[in-house]
Amino acid sequence: MLRFLIRRIVFGVVVLWIVTLGVFLLFFATSKDPAARFAGKSATADTLALVRHKLGLDQPLTVQYWHFLTRLLKGDLGYSFVTQSPVNDMIKSALPASLSLILGAAIIWLLTGIVTGVISATKARTLLDRGITAAVLVGISMPAFVVALTLLLVFTSKLPIFPGPGYTALTQNPAGWFQHLVLPWVTLALLQSAIYTRLTRGSLLDVLGEDYIRTARAKGLPENKVIYRHGLRSALTPVLTQFGVDVGVLIGGTLVTETVFGLQGIGQLTVRSLTTGDLPVIMAVVLIASFFVVLANIVVDIVYSFLDPRVRLE
Amino acid sequence: MSQSGDALVKLEGVYKHFPIKQGIFFKKEVGRVHAVDGVDLEVRRGETLGIVGESGCGKSTLARCITGLHPITKGRILFEGQDIGRSPGKAFRRDVQMIFQDPYGSLNPRRRVGSIIGDPFDIHGTASGAERKRRVQELMELVGLNPEHFNRFPAEFSGGQRQRIGVARALALKPKLIVCDEPVSALDVSIQAQVINLLKDLQDELGLTYIFIAHDLSVVRYVSNRVAVMYLGKIAEGAEGEELYERPRHPYTNALLSAASVADPDAAEKRERIVLIGDVPSPIKPPSGCRFHPRCPKAQETCVGEVPVLIARAGDPADHVTACHFPVEAGEHLAREQAAIEQLSTEPTLPSA
Amino acid sequence: MSLTDLEADASLPAAEEVAAAGPIQGRSPWQLAWARLRRDKAAMISLAIIVLLIVMALIAPLISKWIGYAPAFGDRKLGITEDGLPVGLNGHHPLGTDRLGRDLLVRAVYGARISLIVGLVSTALATILGVVVGAMAGYFGGVIDTVLARFMDVTLSFPYLLFAIALAAAFGASTPLTVLVITFFSWASIGRIVRGQVISIKQREFVEAARSLGAGNIRIIFIDVIPNLLAPLIVLATMTIPVAIVFESTLSFLGAGIDPRTPSWGNMLSDATETYQVAWWTLVVPAAFLLITTLAFNILGDAVRDALDPRSERLFAAQKAGRKKKK
Repeated sequence: MLRFLIRRIVFGVVVLWIVTLGVFLLFFATSKDPAARFAGKSATADTLALVRHKLGLDQPLTVQYWHFLTRLLKGDLGYSFVTQSPVNDMIKSALPASLSLILGAAIIWLLTGIVTGVISATKARTLLDRGITAAVLVGISMPAFVVALTLLLVFTSKLPIFPGPGYTALTQNPAGWFQHLVLPWVTLALLQSAIYTRLTRGSLLDVLGEDYIRTARAKGLPENKVIYRHGLRSALTPVLTQFGVDVGVLIGGTLVTETVFGLQGIGQLTVRSLTTGDLPVIMAVVLIASFFVVLANIVVDIVYSFLDPRVRLE
Repeated sequence: MSQSGDALVKLEGVYKHFPIKQGIFFKKEVGRVHAVDGVDLEVRRGETLGIVGESGCGKSTLARCITGLHPITKGRILFEGQDIGRSPGKAFRRDVQMIFQDPYGSLNPRRRVGSIIGDPFDIHGTASGAERKRRVQELMELVGLNPEHFNRFPAEFSGGQRQRIGVARALALKPKLIVCDEPVSALDVSIQAQVINLLKDLQDELGLTYIFIAHDLSVVRYVSNRVAVMYLGKIAEGAEGEELYERPRHPYTNALLSAASVADPDAAEKRERIVLIGDVPSPIKPPSGCRFHPRCPKAQETCVGEVPVLIARAGDPADHVTACHFPVEAGEHLAREQAAIEQLSTEPTLPSA
Repeated sequence: MSLTDLEADASLPAAEEVAAAGPIQGRSPWQLAWARLRRDKAAMISLAIIVLLIVMALIAPLISKWIGYAPAFGDRKLGITEDGLPVGLNGHHPLGTDRLGRDLLVRAVYGARISLIVGLVSTALATILGVVVGAMAGYFGGVIDTVLARFMDVTLSFPYLLFAIALAAAFGASTPLTVLVITFFSWASIGRIVRGQVISIKQREFVEAARSLGAGNIRIIFIDVIPNLLAPLIVLATMTIPVAIVFESTLSFLGAGIDPRTPSWGNMLSDATETYQVAWWTLVVPAAFLLITTLAFNILGDAVRDALDPRSERLFAAQKAGRKKKK
């Protein structure tokens, strides 16, 4: 078990390292001189040189990368080229909105996904199942921003039930927080629960075709117990795997939902820093996003190895 | 079994080990599976050599070594006196063919039967076009398939018919040796007899040499001239067929035979059953000395320390060889014997009732 | 999922039919799957819609001529109200106009070109890359496999939307870049599945049989491995197309995909964010085109999978039998 864990963590660190290297090279190889942008249009050559020196841009790439890495290991993400404020603070102030969005949506999609998936699988090929399957297909065919815009069109301009785009901190105004988040939650959850319904249905149907389920039935176990005690238990393993990965991916990647609903989270911070070419922030966001993906993968692997001991042998 | 006659194939100290690798990025070897561990064997032209043993004893690996599918780790395989080396040439591929165990897995489901049987002609460039089709249909007729069916897919045939397709493919290049790896164990018993009789008829007709691998002792007895018993990668005993079945010397052979079904109920009643203790030990760490000692009812200290050689024992014919320090004598009751050393008894003992 | 199994079952009715009809020609697994697919109404409708979309994209200039407006032409006379707002559905503009008075139908038809080209090209590239890398990893194993499999894992761990946007910011949004980005982030999941399939095919006895006959690696890969991969690949590709189309529209929507001046569904939706509250059709028209397209591909993909894998039917039958016994 320990070997397995170490292997996973080592691999995760390597992935993160490759990500930093990729981002670093991508931006230094391609972006226009950040110092020029930083110093403004009317800057003299001297100011430009000074700025370059201050930002450490006059040093060779390898040295810059080394500085970046050593600072990173101390937990220091550097300063924004644009606002000059510490990146750590920017990330810290953006996290609550992103986490609120993802955790709320995750609860909704996990519950609806599993429940409809189980209904769909146990009532396979009935009218109900066909209906769910059709709804799932519609769900996975819709891009998030189309759902988001449609929801905004219907529920804020045609029937003004919810406030328009924006975010209120939970600590400031819990009711406002909730009202602002309902539509974003529904947007995210709608797409994800379609995927989870499909996953649960497929997985449960596979499991119900196994011999040990037939044995359980043959022994006269009530159908409910067959499905919930024997079937669902192993059917949910792949669903949980997917869940961990998705939450990890989304923490760094709800760009669309955040942009459309005006939530000041990591996603919006990313889009903003990308358009302004704010390299330290971009690096930080990509790193954070990758970190959560890697972390989620490791957590999933550990959970998985408890649920299914065969994985450990690999 | 090292007596020479007209040897078609000769195995000299053949080893096949599979490394077990572990590691994060650079895998290092942490152990090896001793699948075939020092086998000397000889197959004579025109005979059928049966190889029997439990699952996992290395008999299928041995078959794949002989056909050149697995490069061997150590030793020599001589075919008509020529060492086949690590990557056998086209001539060897033509002369030695294999019939596989699984009639479902051994035929590509996406290809028509005609092209499966005709494959050898394509690969060796011996026939093409109408000539190829004619020869494919001849082969189909030879193995008892309707030649009109050459455009069908494997899925449209029954298990027995598929095995006939496999036989036809193996015969296409007029090979000298056919290695049959459990060719009938996946078939219904009623079909087994048909396929076995087909193989026997083809041998008479075409003068083939067979290596016939099986775990079913009665099937091996029926087809083989000589039989070798394998245990954990080594040959335990080898002899002419009837000799081995009537006068088994190795305790393992005795146990195997006692477990086989006997048609005559009177004989079955009288027969003693030797129940072996425990499972086959892991081929990753095979037992020292005689591989069978942890389960052998006759085991002594010698068996733990010394590897028994495969030679003819006192009173046996020259080609009846046994790798045992204490061969079983006629009239001995193995079931009642008690080993002199501690046995591998990890299994819970069953209540006497 | 083993392909032999399903063919074993699939063939039974075929064998009977063949016997009854007399001819010796066996029906290939493909013909059987096609026969099953043809019975699926939803799949046939989806296929018709996809064909219609392709035709529409091909004759986009003709449609433009017929309506009377070019895709980039802002109609200031009839396309914008006196308050400067888009006009709704009317005789001149069958599906209304956008904020610049451009005809939505014409733009949507031109948008279909972009979506289909990006969807099909990036899926094709991703599939080729995925097959080459996945098959090499699976077939050769060892160090090659370790390196390639890890490479695929790393690709899959990348926060791809971020990277896509970063690349667009660095190189400027363009159609070729969009195709490359989508390809790069889609091939690894195909590669992973192909690798798994190849590993299981490689262990099948018919590959050993071919080797024992003296067939070389190239012959085995092309004659024995790839034909057995085609079924899952067709399903994977059909399912990847809508994902690529959605990906393209999302990138365009965020300003990191197709050049914003080019009419594409994503760009139209991006434009709509400014007008949808006063002119719902600016949102609904491109959204409907997008949704119908992805839905059609997804339904077809599902149906193709069912047609190639009739086991799911049997599974259901066994379950139904189980339930009936209970009652």
